[in-house]
Amino acid sequence: MGYRVDHERMNGILAELSEKYRVYGPAFDAQKKRVQYREIRRIEQIVYDRQSDFSPKAAYYPVSQVMFYFREDRADDSELQDDREILVFARSCDIHASRRLDDIFLKNGDAEDLFYRRLREKVRFVLMECGEGYENCFCVSLGTNRTEDYALAVRFGGDGLLIDVRDEAFAPYFAEAPEEEFTVRFVTENRKKLRIPEISRGNLRQVSKLEYWKQFDDRCIACGGCNTVCGTCACFDTVDVVYHEGSREGERRRVWSGCMLEDFTRTAGGAVSRKTHGANMRFKVLHKFYDYWDRFGAEHMCVGCGRCDIRCPKEISFFDTVCGLHDEIGKL
Amino acid sequence: MSQTDNIMRPEPHRILKITHETQAEFTFRVEFSRPSRFGQFCMLSIPKVGEAPISISGTGEDWVEFTIRKVGRLTEGVFELREGSTIFLRGPYGKPWPVEETFAGAEQSLVVISGGTGLAPVRTTLNWFYAHPEQIRTLYLIAGFKDAGGALYNEERERWAQAEHFRTVYTLDDTEAPGFEKGMVTAHIGKIPFASFGENYHVAIVGPPPMMHFSALECLKHGVPEEKIWVSYERKMQCAVGKCGHCKINETYVCLEGPVFHYPKAKTLFD
Repeated sequence: MGYRVDHERMNGILAELSEKYRVYGPAFDAQKKRVQYREIRRIEQIVYDRQSDFSPKAAYYPVSQVMFYFREDRADDSELQDDREILVFARSCDIHASRRLDDIFLKNGDAEDLFYRRLREKVRFVLMECGEGYENCFCVSLGTNRTEDYALAVRFGGDGLLIDVRDEAFAPYFAEAPEEEFTVRFVTENRKKLRIPEISRGNLRQVSKLEYWKQFDDRCIACGGCNTVCGTCACFDTVDVVYHEGSREGERRRVWSGCMLEDFTRTAGGAVSRKTHGANMRFKVLHKFYDYWDRFGAEHMCVGCGRCDIRCPKEISFFDTVCGLHDEIGKL
Repeated sequence: MSQTDNIMRPEPHRILKITHETQAEFTFRVEFSRPSRFGQFCMLSIPKVGEAPISISGTGEDWVEFTIRKVGRLTEGVFELREGSTIFLRGPYGKPWPVEETFAGAEQSLVVISGGTGLAPVRTTLNWFYAHPEQIRTLYLIAGFKDAGGALYNEERERWAQAEHFRTVYTLDDTEAPGFEKGMVTAHIGKIPFASFGENYHVAIVGPPPMMHFSALECLKHGVPEEKIWVSYERKMQCAVGKCGHCKINETYVCLEGPVFHYPKAKTLFD
């Protein structure tokens, strides 16, 4: 069922929703001068006419998360501070990205990850229509341009919104809004068309040894910005915080990490498995375009949002890197 | 509410005994009653200092041992602990050495090649065969150390050297000392009578990555088939349960599919 909802009505609905849901959307951060996800209260906060600089993953996989508290002689589980469900305004590619994180946190290994599970199972998506798509997108090449995994779909425009209620549980919130036929439109073509590298167990070693990777030894500065904005990067470090010096009381947190950082593979003894920025780039590209697929079997990990291309301070384009790899493999 | 457990939460364990193996390596005996298998590891942690994967180097009815080298932040914190102190740990984790299912057998021989602290993850295996001579024909051990001051488990090595079913070579990289030969472990691999074993043997290699790489190549050079060789990897880990991503090589997670790998698989893994 479709509805037309003006901003005033939508803000009333958001207020009503906030009793049961924390609502996250892409909002402009004036200090950091970027669009990133935060809890929103008014619909006007949502930046809808451009891509957000960060993915929505922070809504259910926070940058920093307490796993447990150390007491003198025991460790106690952290509890959720907020029991409400979570509603996330997201693009189709970002909704696909959440499934990639599910594979790592819920399916990899024998056990599920508690901290991820307890937030993720609360998440419902509000699909934001993408219009014609954006400059750096290549979702169509990866099949992430369409999704059916949403509770609501929304088209922004003018002083109001068109809303498609897919999950009937949300219908009562819109009962007083005027009905209007609305079918969400998906992007069907991007300006950027990805040339997906053909990698197999047979050529993996050859691909890894390509001279191609060496260009990144100097070009990449290992800032990890690409990992941070990526909706599919799941890696983390653990960090202990002690409340006062000399005490054994404190907490262990996990914080986002990234394979492009120099210490990512450094062991306590100082051994570093991947020693160059080029080796890290190879690892990241092959993870997103071979390893994940090899392990989980259906899709590539990258969802083609293109955020890492915007984020990179050295103007390294992941899109160009992957296309370039495709061409290099063609020459083998 | 989901029933998922907090797989990242460690439990406190009491330190029963601390043995000074060398100046930089201590063995901590810790109260522990869960079962563990040969070559598995635990995540050890100290509040404030952090957490790291450490191999189990000894087991008893209600304890396990960890031999820790003083090299990083965590290990330095560990060195401040005393007998009776508490250390947090979780595990054990990882695929073990296939000792009883593959290595053992009255007609089988086992060749163990270790470099430095790499002796720790094979120590439970060596002690098991020491206590069960009927489970092996001959156990060959080549244990390399940088220098005599870095040689681990002096008393046990002495016992192993004197056991009838053991043949041991203890070697120092580039110094001479009584009781030790000289040279890298690779220089001694040629002394193993591989040809006399027929089909009935296996090789376990553990140590720093270059040492494992060249030891495996040396074995292959002496006609050892790849499928006779097993290795054990050490990688940075922040979770040990397949989530944090640090230990991943290609599509393989060392914490889940390792740390012990059959060589035909290990040779496909590269950084």
